[in-house]
Amino acid sequence: MPDLGIYAFAVLASYAVTLVLLAGLIGLSLRQWRVVKAVLEKVEQDGQD
Amino acid sequence: MSIWEYANPKKFTATVTPIIPWAFGIGLGLLVVGLIWGFFFTPAENRQGESVKIIYLHVPSAFLAINAWVMMLVASLIWVIRRHHVSALAAKAAAPVGMVMTVIALATGALWGQATWGTWWVWDPRLTSFLILFLFYLGYLALWEAIPDPDTAADLTAIMCIVGSVFAFLSRYAAIYWAQGLHQDASLSLDAEENVSDVFWQPLVLCLVAFGVLFVALVLLRTRTEIAKRRTLALQARQRRAEVRV
Repeated sequence: MPDLGIYAFAVLASYAVTLVLLAGLIGLSLRQWRVVKAVLEKVEQDGQD
Repeated sequence: MSIWEYANPKKFTATVTPIIPWAFGIGLGLLVVGLIWGFFFTPAENRQGESVKIIYLHVPSAFLAINAWVMMLVASLIWVIRRHHVSALAAKAAAPVGMVMTVIALATGALWGQATWGTWWVWDPRLTSFLILFLFYLGYLALWEAIPDPDTAADLTAIMCIVGSVFAFLSRYAAIYWAQGLHQDASLSLDAEENVSDVFWQPLVLCLVAFGVLFVALVLLRTRTEIAKRRTLALQARQRRAEVRV
């Protein structure tokens, strides 16, 4: 771990904010896709019945 | 073969489905390598000390905040001119990604500013134009949600996107044309003499590519989701009409 000195808070907070936001965006996008895909498959199934 | 073939939602979905996991894998892989390289294996900068490590997050996110809007502008113009639904949905899909990039750029910029300028925020031309760009992203997303008819929503958001492009371009060039601000000149330039030194430049370019690939992956994934949502609504409407006839 590099010695960040007086910049430790700024640097670590920047990495934390970025990684949390990116992970959240990717996670939410994947979850939204799974939900929409499941609903579409159900509607397509209902249409065939 | 023409690029307009991908305006067909089925063709678009079939094409991007195998690409999306690869794009996420490559983007995340490059990001891990770029950030580890930048964080652990680059020295402190003469004036900014160790705070220079924020560059690997701030510059790529700011670059994409602006270019996401440019991509939305292109997609919106395609919608306005050629009425391809996939392009309108791609613009809608890119907006949350661009907004998150703008938030990252503003947050890391504020943290970097506090560390080096001694203030979280100044009404500097570039910072202010970025804040306005963020508000345009919010307004753009709110407009999509506020209008129930998807074609009307696509028309109005396309107009908003064209107007907002002024601020996207302003964000890009503010640091060049208004030299009185605290914000430094662009860190990357086509003129090699203006770039940051090689030791920072190499991991920075890697992070830029990583953010770019992740942006593509997210936009493809979200566009596919929007297409599926639209198809679900169309099928449900068709089923309701069939039930009424019976």
